Amino acid sequence: MRQFLIHRKTIGIALAALFLTVIGSACGDEGKPKAQPTDVAAPTSAPSATPVSAQKRTLVVYSGRSESLIAPVIKQFSEATGIEVQVKYGATSALAATLLEEGAKSPADIYFAQDPGDLGVVKGMLTALPIDVLNAVPAWARSPEGRWVGISGRARVVVYNTDRLTEADLPDSVAGFTEPRWKDKIGWAPTNASFQAMISAMRIAWGEQKTLAWVKGIQANQPKVLPNNTSIVQAVARGEIEVGFANHYYLHQLMAQQGEDIKARNYFTRDADPGSIVLVAGAGVLATSQSKESAEMFLRFMLSAPAQQYFVSQTHEYPLVVGVAKDRLLPELDKLQKPDIDLARLDDVKGTQALLRQAGAIP
Amino acid sequence: MANLAELGRIQTGVAVKKQRPHIALWVAGGIVGTAAVLPVIYLVIRTAGAGQEAWDLVFRARTAAVLGRTALLIATVTFFSTLVAVPVAWLTLRTDLPFKRTLAVGAALPLVVPSYVMAMTLIEAFGPRGILQQLLEGPIGLHRLHDIYGLGGATLAVVLVTYPYVLLTARGALRRVDPALEEAARSMGYGPVATFRRVTLPALRPAITAGVLLAALYTLSEFGAVALLRYETFTAAVYAQYSSALDRSVAASLALVLAVVAVVILIAEDFSRGHAAYHRSSAGAARPAKNVKLGAWRWPAFMFVLLPIIVGLLIPLTVLGYWLAQGLAHGRGAGPVWEPVRHSVFISLLAALATLVAAAPVAVLAVRHRNILSRTIERLTYIGFGLPGIAVALSLVFFGINIATPLYQTVWLLLFAYVVLFLPAAVGALRSSLVQVSPRIEEAAQALGRTPVKIMTSVTLPLVAPGILSGAAMVFLMTMKELPATLVLSPIGSETLATSVWSSASEALFARAALPAILLVTVAGVPTAFFVLRDPARRSMPEAGPIRPERTGAG
Repeated sequence: MRQFLIHRKTIGIALAALFLTVIGSACGDEGKPKAQPTDVAAPTSAPSATPVSAQKRTLVVYSGRSESLIAPVIKQFSEATGIEVQVKYGATSALAATLLEEGAKSPADIYFAQDPGDLGVVKGMLTALPIDVLNAVPAWARSPEGRWVGISGRARVVVYNTDRLTEADLPDSVAGFTEPRWKDKIGWAPTNASFQAMISAMRIAWGEQKTLAWVKGIQANQPKVLPNNTSIVQAVARGEIEVGFANHYYLHQLMAQQGEDIKARNYFTRDADPGSIVLVAGAGVLATSQSKESAEMFLRFMLSAPAQQYFVSQTHEYPLVVGVAKDRLLPELDKLQKPDIDLARLDDVKGTQALLRQAGAIP
Repeated sequence: MANLAELGRIQTGVAVKKQRPHIALWVAGGIVGTAAVLPVIYLVIRTAGAGQEAWDLVFRARTAAVLGRTALLIATVTFFSTLVAVPVAWLTLRTDLPFKRTLAVGAALPLVVPSYVMAMTLIEAFGPRGILQQLLEGPIGLHRLHDIYGLGGATLAVVLVTYPYVLLTARGALRRVDPALEEAARSMGYGPVATFRRVTLPALRPAITAGVLLAALYTLSEFGAVALLRYETFTAAVYAQYSSALDRSVAASLALVLAVVAVVILIAEDFSRGHAAYHRSSAGAARPAKNVKLGAWRWPAFMFVLLPIIVGLLIPLTVLGYWLAQGLAHGRGAGPVWEPVRHSVFISLLAALATLVAAAPVAVLAVRHRNILSRTIERLTYIGFGLPGIAVALSLVFFGINIATPLYQTVWLLLFAYVVLFLPAAVGALRSSLVQVSPRIEEAAQALGRTPVKIMTSVTLPLVAPGILSGAAMVFLMTMKELPATLVLSPIGSETLATSVWSSASEALFARAALPAILLVTVAGVPTAFFVLRDPARRSMPEAGPIRPERTGAG
């Protein structure tokens, strides 16, 4: 009998404690301001966007770019303008799907995406941007209808293992990887959005037949199927595969953590073919946003020199604004396949997936 | 199954007087059941808009092949999960295994390692040119390990994150198995192995199947680990749709196929369940079990229990520590962690509590008022667990923003999502403990004039406490690592440990991902220790003998 009493007391106390903790936390959450601009250091460089006090309102950003990469530059924006920014982080595609489900009731003001494909998917929910925002970047890096604007550039590259290969061993064009010499040596991520954007570029540059033949040719070489860019770069560095198709900056992230002696390097195809097309991460403003001016200010800030400089130094991407210097390790943008294909033309993701499915590359 | 029939004979003879359940119980059960099928309703709504293209995708030869591969993975995962979990549960509860309480906590913890982290660290450790190979290259000149990719590696990773389901439910039930049965078997000349196989194991069957069912459904919905280990399952096709084209009707129709598979698994499990009774048939209470002396088997058994802990916990932690150290050495600090820790613990505690509350009417109906309706409700709660997390999350976006607008992107809708997702863990744990409680005890209390509420709090709850605790522990650990629903539904700006790990890992910032991942395991370890480490002797009833009135009547 005493056992029972102890038992019930323990459970009772545990439950009471749980409730108190929970209620305490909940109250704490509500009582607390969402952001504390006072306890952060002053920005190192003054951004060019001017603070506007009349527009002070909370901005809600749905960001497919990860917190570790862009939280600092968003903080700079808040400090410079006094506009509070709440960010929902997630996978670019999951956020696009969320936006579609939310429809007109979405609380989001801005959608910040990893790739133009997903911006294209929610294009109908985005509002036309002011001309000065659009003109900050070259024409290939923005939506022709003015619905979204590129913020930073990322090149498609061939990552290769430096123990097994030198640049001289690599073909001038990605077309060369269909040769039997590359059997069992390639890694790719056919479900990845950037990879599919590259295939879309191939369809525009090469036409359907040649692209399909290329995908089938790579398939014949029995590539290792990986889920994303990160695992491709890792697999190359481990020597598990000799080459892989990825975005350029993942290598730089790994080098920053593991040192420059890792066994992988980027190769930009000499032929400036779709294998080294430059894609963008970009953003648009929701048509249902109640604070469009603040949202536009956010985009202007992201396209200002200090923010562009941030992307160059911290995320190892290409700046899209004239006058901001690129990373010394990257080749000039002009030398890559970029101005020939408007990125907005890459939005036929469906057609690209149908082609990949036809070749058996994706389920 | 002969063993079961035998057990049934030992224990049958209880004429369960069917009581009319309180109407509130059915209403509560109905609400919970409805909540559980919301994701499926959403998928049906979305699929209704699907065109020919979607159906072409569903009905093609490849679908059958991929479903076959999925079924194969489910088979290997459930087999090996049981093979690991049941002996570990028994050894850490009923024997004189050295360090058994520490081992018991360690063995439950791989549950909290996010599956993709498990896969990444296993690849780093056992993959080509991984840590193991580098260690072996020097001394024995081994240059090629067996390939970790494919069915073998995928099974390994998924077993490591799912065997704790079976372990926790089996432990909860093992504490309540009456040792008198085992002693009777021993006295009739059965050896310890035969006793375990013919008496203990059949008595644990409801708990084991509850755990195995979770493992099977988890495998069905699993994506991250199997993709990294390059084994294509059907969920990959669903994610391929969600990851780019965003034709929601196509994605939904494929996800609906998974729901159908989940239903098939549930029906199969239901058929295997049978009608045996699992509680004591005679008066009296279970005593604490005597520890079996392992003798010469002590240390081999110790190694057996240690193995999954090494592979599923120590190796991932070591690799994470290595990444962290490597990053720190290159001047890459870790991100802020205090806020995510607070959020994770807060929301996971709430989720454990809410899920148990929701599970209670379902489990009580399923055990005490067995009919088609109560069984259907119970089965329905499992479906969400077999669906891809993103599909469940989007379904709640859909219902949340259209029906429960004020709750949208508040902690309440997120909590609701966790309840929908993790109900089966709580229902399974509660149900398998409840079947071990004889309704006679409750009837005795009723005869003594106790109200139903009083019976619930003074009789039933204390008796099923081990099940409640293992269910709570499971929901807590699962919520700690949940990702897709957390990302989509959490209030804007709130970050959990699981989302910080993912956010960094997805950008190849492994050093930054390591610290929250380590914290995820250690912060989750504290409550698990609390739940699992408690002395089983103190937990079971101390004395034998007939039920005395004051026992059930103790207020």
